[in-house]
Amino acid sequence: MSQIQTWTLIFIVASFSVYLYIAWRSRVKETAGFYVAGQGIPTIANGAAVAADWMSAASFISMAGLIAFLGSDGTIYLMGWTGGYVLLALLIAPYLRKWGKFTVPEFVGDRYSETVRTIAAVAAIIISFTYVVGQMRGGGIVFSRFLKLDVTQGVILAAVIIGLYAVLGGMKGITWTQVAQYTVLITAYLIPAIAVAQQMTGIPIPQVSFGQILAELDAISIEMGLNQYTEAFAARPQIDVFLVTMALMIGTAGLPHVIVRFYTTKSVRGARYSAFWALFFIALLYTTAPAVGAFTKLNLLQDVNGISANALPSWIDNWAATGLVTVSDGAQTINSVSNSPTSGADLIVNNDILVLASPEIAGLPAPIVGLVAAGGMAAAMSTAAGLLLVISSSFSHDLYFRRVKRDSTDKQRLLAGRIAMGLAVLISIYAGINPPAFVAQVVAFAFGLAAASFFPAIVLGIFWKRCNATGAAAGMVTGMAFTATYMIYTLPVFGTAANPHIFDISPEGIGTIGAIVNFVVTIVVSKMTAPPSDEIVEMVENIRYPSARREVTAGTAAD
Amino acid sequence: MTEVTPDKETRGGEPPPASPPPASPPDNGWRKEYWSRNLRLMVILLAIWFIVSFGFGILLVEPLNEIVIAGFPLGFWFAQQGSIYVFVILILVYAKMMDRLDSQFGVDEQENQEAGK
Repeated sequence: MSQIQTWTLIFIVASFSVYLYIAWRSRVKETAGFYVAGQGIPTIANGAAVAADWMSAASFISMAGLIAFLGSDGTIYLMGWTGGYVLLALLIAPYLRKWGKFTVPEFVGDRYSETVRTIAAVAAIIISFTYVVGQMRGGGIVFSRFLKLDVTQGVILAAVIIGLYAVLGGMKGITWTQVAQYTVLITAYLIPAIAVAQQMTGIPIPQVSFGQILAELDAISIEMGLNQYTEAFAARPQIDVFLVTMALMIGTAGLPHVIVRFYTTKSVRGARYSAFWALFFIALLYTTAPAVGAFTKLNLLQDVNGISANALPSWIDNWAATGLVTVSDGAQTINSVSNSPTSGADLIVNNDILVLASPEIAGLPAPIVGLVAAGGMAAAMSTAAGLLLVISSSFSHDLYFRRVKRDSTDKQRLLAGRIAMGLAVLISIYAGINPPAFVAQVVAFAFGLAAASFFPAIVLGIFWKRCNATGAAAGMVTGMAFTATYMIYTLPVFGTAANPHIFDISPEGIGTIGAIVNFVVTIVVSKMTAPPSDEIVEMVENIRYPSARREVTAGTAAD
Repeated sequence: MTEVTPDKETRGGEPPPASPPPASPPDNGWRKEYWSRNLRLMVILLAIWFIVSFGFGILLVEPLNEIVIAGFPLGFWFAQQGSIYVFVILILVYAKMMDRLDSQFGVDEQENQEAGK
């Protein structure tokens, strides 16, 4: 066993034991604990849990690599996956917390109708499921590279551990485990980034110091046949950068597994501060990622530029075994690098390995490489656990008990939640081992559909009393149908042909237009049909104020 | 039912308690005032959110890139660093301002004073 394997094993076993111990300490006996952790999670802890839940294997493992190859246009992910929290904090979180129940479909059900609730529950399950598959895959990659395990065994091991603590502890167990996972993943991300920044620029703050290498990176990128790194709109047209960023932002604010986390705080005020702490913790990683991308890319290009194909550094051999790095057959010396297998470049590097390989590329010691592996696992597991909970609650709480069996005891509900969770784990193991070919595109689906369905329905539900069930249902269905149609038109999924983009709009960006369609349809149809009942208007009125008004000193409020 | 009781049933019921017509309860004035001040704050913060991210980071990125500070072209910096810092600050400002607004109007959550810290 190599030194890297030993250290990886130590970090993974140690961190997994901590997660299981926490889960055992916080096991639950009631549905309120299972779904919303009894609404008793302190604000900072909830913020860290939201951050861990949000930052998936994609954020930890893939994002810096994507940015490294997209250059300036990598901003679609950086702004897109952070800016949504502003919308969430200002438009959604405090109000849904005031209304205070278990699931997101439950809100639209109470606000509009049972039909809308069912549409929402099905949408929540589809969106969450597409996500889980990616997490299981991410965990599998970490295991196969660092422990030389089979991907299949890796996926099963990760899923069994997640399943254990999610079934046992529900939201309470998941939340406290996620706090630990956030700590592991942020440490694992920052330590190598700080070390690389120190090594390359002498300033140990990556956010500040990566400016110093940008000119050098621009020069070597052009030399090796890539776009100038800081040039805007080299990878995507401007209109598309705009629309994709917007779609990711409103998609974030509409994702059920993110929104539901604000139900777990103690108060409305707690929900506002939770959103702040969540974005603060997320920003620690998201402001470091572009630095990691730039540093690693420069290191990589300098490592291989003009080097003969049989004298390449050892990390290339290590990763070539996973098939994620390939040296072109005919290449004598390396003169071009790309992330696209069809580019014909001398060296092809997959986006997904840049973060995991960055300590090796920079020549950092083995314990740090092991720590990064544990961080990648933490990111994948924390997100998967949160998603499994949404699948379980939507299925048991919103579909089974609303549609099939309405007169059930608390014990039965808890058992059904656990069974649904167990089934979701089994299905995700299967999907993680045999991932559908379109997983990458499916993520675009998830965000686009969340943007075009949940976000307008929830925001109008809070801010426009006149909005009614017919309008919301029509808006959600049209928004989703429009978005899905364009995605199927432009992406080669389900065996359809890939047609060219209309007006340079990519399938990732269409959710923005879908959301606008949803808003317009909802407003027009609501105006044409009867207004909602007085009880619903009163419910909307009530969620706008954090609590009952108490006597205040005369004059302060009336001025 | 074992669901978590919504606040309105325990302490949120607005006076007078006997189901008033929602459009015109006698205390409607403070509600309108509170809500419009909330909306005003929200619109200001969202305008900043849009200008910094979509304005500086996308629409104006090319002219701003002519200015280089500490190695960063300015538009590139807003797109990959600056906008994220502003997002974090915006949420903090919102939470702080809403604390003030809530206590001014007496709708802050008395039992949960410790929750935000």
